[in-house]
Parts: sequence; structure tokens; C-alpha cells
Amino acid sequence: METIWFLLWGLLWAIYFVLDGFDLGLGTISPFVTKSEEDKKVVYQAMGPFWDGNEVWLITAGGVTFAAFPKAYAVLFSALYSPLMFILFALIIRGVALEYRGKMEGRGWREAWDLCLFLGSLVPALLFGVAFANIFRGIPIDAEGVYRGTLFTLLNPYGLLGGLLFLCLFCYHGALWLGIKAGGELRSRAQKYARALWPPLLVLAVLFLVATWFSTNLYANYLENPALFIIPLLAVLGLLATRWFLQAGAMWKAWACNAVVVAGATLFGVVGLYPNLLPSSLSPAASLTVTNAASSPLTLKIMLGVALVMVPIVLAYQVWVYYYFRHQVKPEDLAYDEGY
Amino acid sequence: MLSRLQFAAATFFHFLFVPLTLGLSILLAIMETRWAVSGNQEFKRMARFWGKIFVINFALGVVTGITLEFQFGTNWARYSAYVGDIFGSLLAIEATIAFFLESTFIGVWIFTWNRLSPRAHAFVMWLIAAATNISAYWILSANAWMQHPVGYVLRNGRAELDDFLAIITQRFAVVEFMHTVSGAYIVAGFVVMGVSAYHLLKKREVEFFTRSFRMALIFALIFSLFEVVQGHLNGGEVAKAQPSKLAAMESHWKTQKRAPIYLFAMPRPDGGGNLIEILPIPGALSLLAFHDPNAEVKGLNDFKPEDRPPVLLTFGAFKIMVGLGFLFVLLTVWGLFVRNRLTDNPRYLRFMLLAIPLPYIAIEAGWMVAEVGRQPWLVWGLMRTAQGVSPVDAHQVAVSFIAFIVFYGLLGITAFWLMARYAKRGPEPLAAA
Ligand code: HDD
Ligand code: HEM
Ligand code: HEM
Repeated sequence: METIWFLLWGLLWAIYFVLDGFDLGLGTISPFVTKSEEDKKVVYQAMGPFWDGNEVWLITAGGVTFAAFPKAYAVLFSALYSPLMFILFALIIRGVALEYRGKMEGRGWREAWDLCLFLGSLVPALLFGVAFANIFRGIPIDAEGVYRGTLFTLLNPYGLLGGLLFLCLFCYHGALWLGIKAGGELRSRAQKYARALWPPLLVLAVLFLVATWFSTNLYANYLENPALFIIPLLAVLGLLATRWFLQAGAMWKAWACNAVVVAGATLFGVVGLYPNLLPSSLSPAASLTVTNAASSPLTLKIMLGVALVMVPIVLAYQVWVYYYFRHQVKPEDLAYDEGY
Repeated sequence: MLSRLQFAAATFFHFLFVPLTLGLSILLAIMETRWAVSGNQEFKRMARFWGKIFVINFALGVVTGITLEFQFGTNWARYSAYVGDIFGSLLAIEATIAFFLESTFIGVWIFTWNRLSPRAHAFVMWLIAAATNISAYWILSANAWMQHPVGYVLRNGRAELDDFLAIITQRFAVVEFMHTVSGAYIVAGFVVMGVSAYHLLKKREVEFFTRSFRMALIFALIFSLFEVVQGHLNGGEVAKAQPSKLAAMESHWKTQKRAPIYLFAMPRPDGGGNLIEILPIPGALSLLAFHDPNAEVKGLNDFKPEDRPPVLLTFGAFKIMVGLGFLFVLLTVWGLFVRNRLTDNPRYLRFMLLAIPLPYIAIEAGWMVAEVGRQPWLVWGLMRTAQGVSPVDAHQVAVSFIAFIVFYGLLGITAFWLMARYAKRGPEPLAAA
């Protein structure tokens, strides 16, 4: 039961990163790929109908951590207090920017919100990477679950590498999304950005896979059970395939392949962690595992029931929304004032 | 301590936006349904105008809620580990059942005024309204559990789930939900009436705003009446479950039968008695709390000082809430008499314009009563507040607290300023839509 929840937990994060990843990436590259007010509006419209529903995957991932592994929730979020606060502040200004920018005319107003969108996207993309890399690596928590490090403990080379990888991955993801939603010149510019982002992404991914060997214990599970190598393998294949589809101009396929990369990267780490949720770098005995951090069997059972019923329903209506808004943003959408 | 203040500030701030979302979503859904049924474009204009304000408000409700979801971990780590089994699952279920629904469909709603049929568009708003109100039920049953824990066993050094149904159907949760939600409907009603009054005073768009005003009036009238009656039931639950809170709400010190309510009383700021107490109504407190004028009501003197909540705050907030509750009934009943000639009653309209902040004050005061009155317990009878905090470095908390205040202050000002701007500008002609 704990194992099922552990996998679900990883899956929720993976879905969150796949979906909100493109919002965060697009927000980060938007000051660079947009040349005019028109372009900016397209960018905002490309995220407008989706970002809020995407963000709920984060809330659910947080809620499930709380419900299924309360001790991990408690230790994790108080240990990562500062980065988490930065992420939250950033997500706040991003959300507000998306909703408020179009509510008033005026250059100052709009530029201020554009800046908020940029920072509010960049910071979470980077810090989620830093946070997850640190979780993979283990953080200094003692047997009481008290964090024995400082903010700078987290900014170690491996953590930073993870941050850069996420950032680059999301930016690429966002550029592909813009390639889907935008037309005309903006579309070709988005594709150009995607092509430029791919080589550094590949380098970072390789570096990360290698550094993981030296800095973490993640590969232990894989060596024990080589069938699991399918996960990183799929991610790598996805990474290669996405470039190919990008070249062919098949943006949806390129995006979907990159979604596999994002999900694969997340699951690669999560599966490697098992049975730890939060390894302690001080002593293995202080690590939080799926058994010592889990909720009671009854809670897990009830939650599983809810998840099995609700998650497919949620997926169904979210897929409908994506399908309904699958078209390119057109000029008449922009003229339409309820939008952004 | 800072942790507590920071958390309190964050919840208060979240709850500045929540009530309007809860209430206005229903009013909007009604407007859209009338548009869909009658085909009258005037209702579409109405929904679009109030919908703008709704969206501005909704955005802040969402982003401040996300912070709260994680603050249980950042600020209340020990508490979270102790009760996560129960509390966390309620939160997670809330997210999967309600948040997804509202957040996904708000995006649809904003972008489909011209793409979906009026019927479908109204249906989307009903989904959003239902989801927000369902979400309120889950979070409030979590809060009710902290006020009155049921359905748990103490095992492995923590509270574990024992009877899920008992937790989500207990009376405390039901009354708390009804009370909070109807309070939120009052907020929405008064905001719509206040903004309409502003335009009616200037004689702009008279028909449009008279219609909006009347709709909101009926809504607010029903729930103001309901709130007073229902608040009394709330008091009954508190009397049974949390006698020290009840005593603090009334600043009632001596345990006695036939306990009176003083029409005018003032607790001593240092605790330990009342400065002033005059005009008693004998037996009133016993009657209201236990439906029996001779029932015994425990006084604060019977609780050890460390087991008493902060009396002045609880008492003051309670009196403000109840006083305002009666005022809302008065104002809405008055409205009932003048509803057909609103523009001839500038005095009433001016009152209603000025009354916009009052239900906000009442609703926040209500939370003050419930949460401060619960002290020193975090989970009633199980865990004290001091035991629940996170082992986080005080500097970090201090810095983030200041950041919070500045940041939330700015955001709040922007949001209310933007809402006021849209409210003042009035509805747009439909052709532009
Ligand atoms: C009585 C109602 C009520 C109360 C007491 C709370 N909330 Fe709330 N919350 C809502 C009623 C609500 C809502 C009306 O459903 C909101 C406001 C705007 C919205 O989108 O939904 C919301 C939004 C909202 C969101 C964003 C959801 C989204 O993206 O759609 C989160 C994560 C929370 N809340 C979490 C909390 C937490 C952790 C609370 C406990 C302290 C809390 N809320 C108190
Ligand atoms: C939205 C309306 C709410 C408001 C305005 C509010 C307000 C407050 C305030 C003022 C305190 C501090 C009391 C003190 O320290 O003396 C507090 C504490 C707390 N509240 Fe709430 N609250 C709200 C809703 C909730 C809900 C829905 C929950 C849980 C589901 C909750 C959980 C807590 C917890 C865990 C504490 C910490 C204990 C403490 O500081 O005393 N609150 N709240
Ligand atoms: C005269 C009428 C009223 C009475 C007798 C009354 C009674 C009460 C009582 C006894 C509580 C404490 C419940 C607890 O601690 O769990 C409470 C809480 C509360 N009140 Fe009122 N109230 C009245 C009017 C109002 C109004 C007009 C509003 C808002 C517009 C409001 C909003 C709240 C809220 C938000 C809470 C906290 C949530 C809860 O515990 O239910 N109340 N009220």
C-alpha cells in the first residue's frame, strides 16, 4: 500500500512538471521571444486557459504528501523552508500577473506584470530542480527530523546542476508549446528558440545522469533491477525524438516526446529513491522512508479510493479542455477583451 | 510566536477573498441561468460586469490558498506530523474533488463567452460555484476536527484515522460550514448592493443596477436571517464542546446556574474578571447555550489560567460579529421596504455603500472567535499550540514574515484597487463583448 502511494506521489509530481513545466518555461523565455505587444498577448493566451488547472497538480502533490506521508511533509517543507517560500512567492506573482496584466492599459502596468511573469516563472523552475536534486542527494536532517544545514547547503553543485537542468528543460518545453499555439513569425521564432535550447539541454542531461552516479545512491535500485532502466532510457529516447519532430515541424509530437522526457526525468529520480522519501545525509537511520513516514492503512485505503475515482475524472475533463483549446491563438482571440 | 502570526496573517488574507468567491459565484450562476433561459442580453451584461470583479478576486483567492496549503508543513511541522493522518487526507481530498474542478473550469469560463452556448456557459459557472462551496466543506470539516476531534485513535504517538464518516459528518462540521458559507453569501450580497448603490446614487444605468441590487438584496436577506438563527446553533455546539471558549465569548467568570448575559460588560485586559458588568438579563446565557434558563454554565474561574483563551480578543470579536449580524438583518429588511424606489432613498443607498466593509469585518471577527477562542489548544484537548510549531530557525521566519506583510499588503491593495476601478467604471455596452 505504501508503495502504491509512493508511486502515485511520484506520478503526481511528474504530471505537475509536465503540465506546469511549459507554463513556467514559457514565462521564462517570454521576454526574449516576444517582440511586440501582439506577441505578448499570444504568450498570455497560450497559457491563460490552462495554468490554473495545471497548478492544482502541485496542490494535490502537496496535499498527498501531507495525507500519505505526513512526517515527510512536515520535515521536507520545514527543512526546505526558504526555497519553498521563494517558490510560493514566485508562483503568487506569476498567477496574479497572468490574471491582471490585461485588466488595464498602460505601459508601466503591463511591463511590471511582464517582469512578474518572468521572475515568477524562472524562480520556481530553477528551485524545483534544486530542491529535487537535493532530495535525491539527501539533506542533513537528524533523527528528530530537524534540519541541520543552511540555505547554502542546498546550493551545492549537484543541486545547482539539477536546477539548471529543470530550467532548461522547462524552457524548451515552453518554446515547443508556443510553437503549437502561436502562428506566423512568432511560431518560427519559438521553433528557433527550441532548436537553440536543445543542445545545452542534452549536455545538461548527460552531465546530470553522470553526476547522479557520483553524488547519489539512485542507481542502486536500477542495478538491482535492471528492467527499471527502461525509465531513463525512455527519457533519453524522448529527448532524441523530440529534436527530430521539431525539425519536421510536428510541434505536437515534439511536445509530447518532451513530456515523456519531463515525466521520465522525474520518475527516474523517484524510483531511484525508493524506499526512501527523504534520505538523510547525516545518517541512513534518520532517513524518512515510505514505511516510517506513512499514514495509517485506513487513511491510505480511503485516499486510494478517492484517487481511483477522482483522478481519471479530472484527467478526462482536463483532456477535454486541452482538446477544446487546441487551436492556434488567432487575431480575433486577441481582440476579445475578456482574455489577457 | 512569529510562526503563528505569519500563519494567522496568511489565513486572514486568504479569507479576504474567499467569501466573495463563494457568494458571487452563485449570484453569477443565477444571472447566467436567467440569461440562458430568457435570452435577455441584459443578464449577460450583468454576468459580464460582475464576472470581471469575480475574476480579479478569484485570482488572489487561488494564489493565497496555495501558500496556505504548504504552510502547514513550513510553520506547523510537528502538528502536521501528529495529525496528518486525518487532517492531510481531508486537504488532499479537497484538492482532488474541488480545486481541480474550479480551477480547470474558471479557465474555460473566462475564454468562452462567445464560444459556448449560453446554457453551457451557465453550466460551467454552476460547476465553479459548486466546486468552491464543496471545497469549503472539506476545509471546514478539517477545521471542525481541530475544534472538536472525533473519529480518531491515538496510536504510534499520533492521532490516526478511525472513523472517516464520523469526521466528515459530525455536527460541528455541519454547523461550521453553514455558518461560514452563509456569512460569505452575506459578504457577496453586500458587495453587489454597495456597488449598485454607488451607481444608483449617481443615477447611472438605473435599471441595470436596480436589478442587480434587488437580486443581491433577496440573497443577503435570506442569509442574514439564517445566519442569526444558525449562529445560535453554533453557540450551542460550542457550549457543549468547548466550555472555556463559550465563557470567553461572554467573558463569563463565575460558574452558575441561571447565568445572565450582561448587555454591557468589559473584561479586564489582564484577565481575571470584568471591569464593568451592568444590565444583566438573568438566565439568558443558560437559555441560549443550553435551551434551559436554569442550566449551569461554567465560568472562566473554573479553568486554570493556562487553559483559558485570550478573553478580551475572543469577547470583543464575538460582540462585533453578533452586533453586525443584527445590523445586517436591519439593513436588509429596510431594503425590502424600499426596493421598488431605490433611487428615491439616497440615505439608504449611502448606508449600503458604506456598509461594504462590514460583512468582511464580521466574517474575520468570526474566525477570530473560533480560532483564538480555541487557544491554548491547537487540536482541542489533544495538542497545545506551542507543541505544534516547526523547528525552523527564527531568523528565517522573521524575514519571511516581513516579506509576507509587505508583499501581501501590496497585492491586497492592487487587487482591491483594481476591483474598485472596475466597479466604478460600470458595465460596458454589449456590442463590445
Ligand atoms: C470557507 C472557505 C475556505 C476556507 C476556510 C479556506 N479556504 Fe482555501 N479556498 C476556498 C475556500 C476556503 C475557495 C472559495 O474555494 C477558494 C478561494 C478562491 C478559489 O479559487 O477557491 C480557495 C482556494 C484555495 C486554494 C487554491 C485552489 C485553486 O487553485 O483552485 C488552496 C490551495 C486553498 N484554498 C487552501 C486552503 C487552506 C490550506 C486553508 C486553511 C487554512 C483554506 N484554504 C481555508
Ligand atoms: C479562513 C479563515 C481563518 C482565519 C481567519 C483563521 C485565523 C486564525 C488565527 C487568527 C489564528 C491564530 C490564533 C492564535 O495564535 O491565537 C489561527 C491559528 C490556526 N488556524 Fe486558523 N483561521 C482560519 C481558518 C483555518 C482553517 C480552515 C484551519 C484548518 C483547517 C485553520 C487552522 C489553524 C491552525 C493550525 C492554527 C495554528 C494554531 C494557532 O496559531 O493558534 N485555520 N487561525
Ligand atoms: C447574530 C448572529 C451571530 C451569532 C449568534 C453567531 C455565533 C457564532 C458562534 C457561536 C461562533 C463560534 C463557533 C466556533 O467557535 O466554532 C461563530 C463563528 C463564526 N461566525 Fe458567527 N455568529 C453570528 C453572526 C455572524 C455573521 C453575520 C458572520 C459573517 C458575516 C459570522 C461569521 C462567523 C465566522 C466566519 C465564524 C468562524 C467559523 C465557525 O466557527 O463557524 N457570524 N459565530
